Amino acid sequence: MTATDTHRAIDAIWRIESAKIIAGLARIVRDVGLAEELAQDALVAALEQWPESGVPDNPGAWLMATAKHRAIDFFRRKKLLERKHEELGRELDAQQKMAVVDFGSAIDDDIGDDLLRLVFTACHPVLSTEARVALTLRLLGGLTTEEIARAFLVPEPTVAQRIVRAKRTLSEARVPFDVPRGDELAARLSSVLEVIYLIFNEGYSATAGDDWMRPALCEDALRLGRILAELVPKEPEVHGLVALMEIQASRSGARIGPSGEPILLLDQDRARWDQLLIHRGLATLQRAEELRGALGPYALQAAIAACHARARTPEETDWPRIAALYDALAHGARSPVVELNRAVAVAMAFGPAAGLELVDALTSEPSLKSYHLLPSVRGDFLFKLGRFAEAQAEFERAAALTRNAREHELLLGRARACAHGSAPLEQR
Amino acid sequence: MRFMMLVKHAENSGAPPKELMDAIAKLSEEAVKAGTMVASGGLAPTAASTRVRVSRGQITTTDGPFTEAKEIVGGFAIFDLKSKEEAVEGALRFMELHKKHWPGWEGETEIRQMYGPEDFGPKA
Repeated sequence: MTATDTHRAIDAIWRIESAKIIAGLARIVRDVGLAEELAQDALVAALEQWPESGVPDNPGAWLMATAKHRAIDFFRRKKLLERKHEELGRELDAQQKMAVVDFGSAIDDDIGDDLLRLVFTACHPVLSTEARVALTLRLLGGLTTEEIARAFLVPEPTVAQRIVRAKRTLSEARVPFDVPRGDELAARLSSVLEVIYLIFNEGYSATAGDDWMRPALCEDALRLGRILAELVPKEPEVHGLVALMEIQASRSGARIGPSGEPILLLDQDRARWDQLLIHRGLATLQRAEELRGALGPYALQAAIAACHARARTPEETDWPRIAALYDALAHGARSPVVELNRAVAVAMAFGPAAGLELVDALTSEPSLKSYHLLPSVRGDFLFKLGRFAEAQAEFERAAALTRNAREHELLLGRARACAHGSAPLEQR
Repeated sequence: MRFMMLVKHAENSGAPPKELMDAIAKLSEEAVKAGTMVASGGLAPTAASTRVRVSRGQITTTDGPFTEAKEIVGGFAIFDLKSKEEAVEGALRFMELHKKHWPGWEGETEIRQMYGPEDFGPKA
């Protein structure tokens, strides 16, 4: 194995092992930032030694043992320092003394709990959303600062600083390295899910010309979601989010056309949907549905996505069920965008007049004032009802609001078609 | 990136030791917990298999067993991973278990990258 091969092997091993090592260390040293530094020290040691000695048989254990030694060294130094402080009349920090005593057995305990603690700490509400995202990818996804920077299109020093500041904030706020309980759990879990879904969407919104690091964020988010689902198997929303991501990811190959244009769901070539991901998504959704309690927003969105995934052709889509799921979604988390989607589903299920009624109620909604999809959807309903002049005005308004050049063109095309009272040829 | 691991060995290897099966079960569980394994399966003996072949314009169907094959595919697994190196590392750990728990056994894991949407989509 050449030195380059070894370095690449170390990269891979780091990706597999780093979260577990950081999580295990963080429980002992009670400081995520310190735990990460100690783990990094072990990585540096591997980079120095393995090209000479070869990759050890159990590289994960090697890294953990090395990091553990660094931690012991750290505490020894700290203890010495504290002894000096003691001479000056200060007391040893009881917790850290405990930590040193606890050291031997602690590291071998169930790593799952430690990983879960790490997830909740990295996504702690005391941190900004951006910081949570960066820290989660760094500590749990094993991404380098450079990779995170490339994926989010920001300069590397910005990400580096974000991470340093986040670690400092956690330490200053004395955020305990723990899994929240009781009422706090639900709120904290939703913060974790939000971070994972944000990572996914950042990758999903990447276009063909983007650096491959961006679409790869979908895979990172899926991996994080799957890990979380195994850590808290009784939380339906975690399965709901994983199912939603699996089903959305299944359409990756079909959602962008040959010249980079987005292809709408109903126009996609369903043969290009990834059946393995659909299968996993449907199974994961079932896990969410089998758990007790009403479905949360992620599971409901997954259930909607599942309706599309199950339909072999657009015509087979179960629109009444989708409309009912949107009802449930709007009931739990009423938002104008959900309402607009509900209107589309209702129109598909029960005709454009029913959809128009819902959309008309949204026209005074301030948050949708400059949202091009509102006039676009309304125009579509009016067109289907044969009210061409009104439809034309709506399509023109929508065209003026969109910032996407291709969409602009498409909407103007539809507006022109209204003048003829018929659909343009390329339209269905 | 998605990878398929194909495990190949002589068909008459016999039943694997329980220790190996336990160790593989543990490794698989870890891979599921790590969110990397998306599918896996073991394959029945070639006695139960059939080959449908086209050659020189003729389609022929042949039932197994295929005793002439030195090694056959005995099982597979599909992983979502960040890199080929991660796949190699996983395969190393898998074969390490065979080495440890089934002395004398010979076989290999072939790592094949699967095409993903990025391979069919528009060129960047």
